[in-house]
Amino acid sequence: METTVIDAHNISKTYDPSGIPVHAVNNVHLHLTKGEFTALVGPSGSGKTTLLNLIGGLDRPDTGNIIINQTDITKLTNRELVRFRLQNIGFVFQSFNLIPVLTAKENAAFIMMLQKIPKTKREERIQALFDEVGLSDKLNARPAKLSGGQQQRVAIIRALASHPQFVLADEPTANLDSAAASNLMDMMEKLNREEQITFVFSTHDQRVIDRARRVIRLVDGKIEADIENK
Amino acid sequence: MWPIQLSWKNIWRNKNRTLVTVSAVAFATFISVLASGLKEGIFGNLIHDVVSSYSGHVQVHLKGYQDEQVIENSFAVSPSMKQEIQAIPGVILATERLESFALASSGENTKGCLVIGIEKAEESSFMNIGGKIIAGRTVAENEKSILVPEGLAKRMKLQLQDTLILIGQGYHGASAAGKYVISGMLRFGSPKMNERLIIMPIGSARELFGAEGISTSLAILLDPRSRPESVAEKIKTITGENHEVLTWGEIMPDIKQHIDADSGNMQYVQYILYALVGLGIFSTLLIMVAERSRENGMLLCLGMSKRMLQQVFLLESLITVLLGALMGLLISLPVMFYLKWHPLRISGTTAEAYKKFGFEPIFPTSTDPSIFLKQGVTVLVMGLILSLYPIWRIATLHPLSSMKK
Ligand SMILES: Nc1ncnc2c1ncn2[C@@H]1O[C@H](COP(=O)(O)OP(=O)(O)OP(=O)(O)O)[C@@H](O)[C@H]1O
Ligand SMILES: [Mg+2]
Repeated sequence: METTVIDAHNISKTYDPSGIPVHAVNNVHLHLTKGEFTALVGPSGSGKTTLLNLIGGLDRPDTGNIIINQTDITKLTNRELVRFRLQNIGFVFQSFNLIPVLTAKENAAFIMMLQKIPKTKREERIQALFDEVGLSDKLNARPAKLSGGQQQRVAIIRALASHPQFVLADEPTANLDSAAASNLMDMMEKLNREEQITFVFSTHDQRVIDRARRVIRLVDGKIEADIENK
Repeated sequence: MWPIQLSWKNIWRNKNRTLVTVSAVAFATFISVLASGLKEGIFGNLIHDVVSSYSGHVQVHLKGYQDEQVIENSFAVSPSMKQEIQAIPGVILATERLESFALASSGENTKGCLVIGIEKAEESSFMNIGGKIIAGRTVAENEKSILVPEGLAKRMKLQLQDTLILIGQGYHGASAAGKYVISGMLRFGSPKMNERLIIMPIGSARELFGAEGISTSLAILLDPRSRPESVAEKIKTITGENHEVLTWGEIMPDIKQHIDADSGNMQYVQYILYALVGLGIFSTLLIMVAERSRENGMLLCLGMSKRMLQQVFLLESLITVLLGALMGLLISLPVMFYLKWHPLRISGTTAEAYKKFGFEPIFPTSTDPSIFLKQGVTVLVMGLILSLYPIWRIATLHPLSSMKK
């Protein structure tokens, strides 16, 4: 049985910086189920980041509803939305994801700390995830001492450690070389498979697109294609 | 790991900058303490010198004496009044005086002078008569002998053991006249006093002026740390409606004004100092917020509340300022105590002026705990006020747009 994690209806977001309206996201319907491994693709400016921000509750749509875990997040107050994000959604950004003054372990546990999960439980979980993705020797390293790929892996552990409904990653491999990008995809696939983590990531990289099980193509803020890979 | 731990880690994110900021705060605290200590020391000492040389911190008169200083305006100090006043905390001594004008004549010479009858008790502890005697000896109680100042003696060509005739108007219009032997010569700091102040036991003065059992003033010397104004208020409740209770500032408004103006100037120096440190702290906060705007955006996107992020920044600036203030206080302690025990010596015209009035030409330093406390708290409050800047910046931060930059 498929469990719905995101149900977005009719969402639109229009930017009007200098009088000419830009329909960054134009009347989009989106349905995501648990365990998906989905790529959001499309040319630059097609609305990938805007759509991710909307379903992640970082931005508000002009119209439409976004239902996550039975909650319509467009109806939440700002404060409620912050809390909702913290409890339900994991984020991985393109770069500079980590807090420079904290170690890899502390960075990875950061969301769990904000969620007030007890220390022993936190450490156990982080240790297990680091072991799982082969980062155990970097537990106490500061971000500056990690490679770009390692930093992104820590960011992914942070995003999923507390079992969010889904993890949103906006071009997580954009700043990585192809080997590191491939490594990161391996890790995401593994966690998707073993931990049932739902991933939605945007990308321009064909090799990354090839690894997705579902590909949603955006053009001018509209979904142009939505295909099952393989 | 909560806001405090995150703040602590952030403080050491840029060690050099933190050290510079902490040192700047420490330096400013140190200079502020030094300036206050000197200010309190110098003016406290000056006031003490001025006040203890004659007026006392507070005086009780019959109502109207301050405006019309005549012997008619004198009053009887009851033993109970005196006792009650002496029991007020901070009062070191309360002593009666009878003052009036008289003509002093010896041979051909006649000069107007001020005769003061003083109580035996005050000779040593108040006006320090013993220390001012440059020839002869002090007067015994009820003795018909007097102490004359150096300046008057010179003008009237008086010698020890000469007889001086004092003529004046006594209480209730009685005539006052008497012959007195000069038992000692005095040297006063104040030129005015050195020219015309004649001292005798209060008993003899009362006899001379026919003013049995009454005094023109009750002069009160206080512990330097107590406030004359508040002691004066307490005395008023004892003396009641018929008397006036004046502080030294009310008795000598010109001197008070002078001291206030000088210490006010020093206050400005401190304000400038505070402004400089404030700017220093502020620029650090400015940089701190600017360079972390992206990171702050990310933290808010992840789900950290603005309130928690504000706490982190508030604690960062408070801890920095606190460290600086503590360091400054710690450095200032030995310096202040050194200066207290080895006061700065003044030179030049100021020194001459000090000497002329019989004051030691030094700038003493006060080490009153309130100085350290006040400066420490001032710097902290300043840090707290300046911390409103990052708090405001975070309040108005838009997480997404700050992450784009
Ligand atoms: N804050 C904003 N203000 C004004 N216009 C914006 C804003 N954010 C995005 N846009 C516009 O909305 C459209 C969609 O932008 P978006 O960033 O979502 O595209 P994208 O698919 O993520 O592009 P890229 O692949 O380059 O990251 C673009 O035309 C962009 O210029
Ligand atoms: Mg984008």
